Amino acid sequence: MQALVATDIRKAFGSLEVLRGVSLRANKGDVIAIIGGSGSGKSTFLRCLNLLEVPDAGSLWLNGITLDFNRSGPAGGTTPKAKAELRRRLGMVFQSFNLWTHMSALDNIIAGPIHVLGQDRKEARAIGLDLLDRVGLADKADAFPAQLSGGQQQRVAIARALAMRPEALLFDEPTSALDPELVGEVLKVIQGLAAEGRTMILVTHEMAFARDVATHVMFFHDGRVEEEGRPDLIFSNPGSERCRSFLKKFL
Amino acid sequence: MDLGILAWGDTGWGDELARGVLTTVAIASAAYLVGAALGTLLAAMKLSGTPAMNVPAAVYTTTMRGIPEMLVIYLVFFGGGALSSWIASSVLGIHDRVDLPSFAVGVVCIALSVAAYACEVIRGAVLAVPGGQIEAAEAVGMTRSQRNRLVVAPQAFRMALPGMTNVWQFALKDTALVSIIGVTEVMRTASIGSDATKQPFTFYFAALVIFIVIAYLSQRLFVRLQASADRGVRWGS
Ligand SMILES: Nc1ncnc2c1ncn2[C@@H]1O[C@H](COP(=O)(O)OP(=O)(O)O)[C@@H](O)[C@H]1O
Ligand SMILES: [Mg+2]
Repeated sequence: MQALVATDIRKAFGSLEVLRGVSLRANKGDVIAIIGGSGSGKSTFLRCLNLLEVPDAGSLWLNGITLDFNRSGPAGGTTPKAKAELRRRLGMVFQSFNLWTHMSALDNIIAGPIHVLGQDRKEARAIGLDLLDRVGLADKADAFPAQLSGGQQQRVAIARALAMRPEALLFDEPTSALDPELVGEVLKVIQGLAAEGRTMILVTHEMAFARDVATHVMFFHDGRVEEEGRPDLIFSNPGSERCRSFLKKFL
Repeated sequence: MDLGILAWGDTGWGDELARGVLTTVAIASAAYLVGAALGTLLAAMKLSGTPAMNVPAAVYTTTMRGIPEMLVIYLVFFGGGALSSWIASSVLGIHDRVDLPSFAVGVVCIALSVAAYACEVIRGAVLAVPGGQIEAAEAVGMTRSQRNRLVVAPQAFRMALPGMTNVWQFALKDTALVSIIGVTEVMRTASIGSDATKQPFTFYFAALVIFIVIAYLSQRLFVRLQASADRGVRWGS
């Protein structure tokens, strides 16, 4: 069953063409790893999926809503309502966590459910505490981000995304800003989510992790998908020379 | 130096000075609150990104910060008074001289300049809110106003506080200027007392002590406010 489909997404910043027609199809439960060199457009593509960047062309489909950026008009003819709905239904985890520093861990998690989903505070708190427990931070509900390690902050950020009950989760290099010894605890949480059958799109440089967890791998180069397929095939026998030499740097 | 003349009641100037303190604090506080609200509005205009909004705001803040406060007071009080008299006589047919209430004029004038300085402080504080946190708010689907209310405002408040503490100190000192239009705040009371008793040192020294005490107490209030705004956000708080 399809969960998220992006078709021929294009995006330029001024004269710099960052995405030159990228398509993605995620079925429910898919874990899609996006790999590729720095500047190849991975982050921009992920940001286009939840409209932190508005694509210049292409379309997005998320179970029941379609956003078509090919039509003219403001923001490609998409309504603000459709944009808000798409964002609400997709979770995003950033490289630099981006927790709200003036809120406790629990408040970070329940702000969206209360104000966007309209949950009542009591219910949101119960769910939030449950999620903190799931990411191994049951004792940190009242801690502020500044009092948490990077790995802990990222796990709170994951809980914050989960609290919105997203249909798919987007991760942009979730472990790249972490000290090496903290990477494992975050990857473990993501692995757990994959095992639950969550739909996830994951930009990562953790190749071993991508190989173990992903159901599909996309290799980006220069704003295009140069190669994609099953992880065992991509990692053991990449078809393109570029992908081969890129992977060599990691293995 | 005869401190007896600072006694309370008919024999001394203590009660007059105390009334002056109340007036000074009232003017400064009212001007500060009105000015901060106006400054927030100006900051929002400057941050709006539409020329129709940010050009007038920029003209206002640049002008207000460039001209002496005393000129603003003269312009509003005497200029405004003359203008009101002219309007009264030519439009309403009332030929009495119109005097503007000096307390209110004092508050307005100081508020006008507080607004200009507060605008810059607030604007800087809003811009200092990390962009990633704003994107995180968008990513959970918050509307623009939810994002501003829940994420931007609380953090901008915290970051604006040091600057707004300075603005308060300015507002407090500026109250001395409104003595020129006859508001009997601390400065004018001291001046009247000094003229009446021929003891300028006693009175101006008393005024000095009064300003230091007000400044010190209000500083403590701001430190407290900052500590509570910083709770959890900064190490050691
Ligand atoms: N907001 C932006 N404005 C201008 N250029 C940008 C912007 N965001 C990204 N870029 C450029 O787009 C290219 C792709 O960036 P990005 O998607 O972040 O690559 P990746 O995540 O694969 O490293 C880079 O050259 C980057 O400098
Ligand atoms: Mg990137």
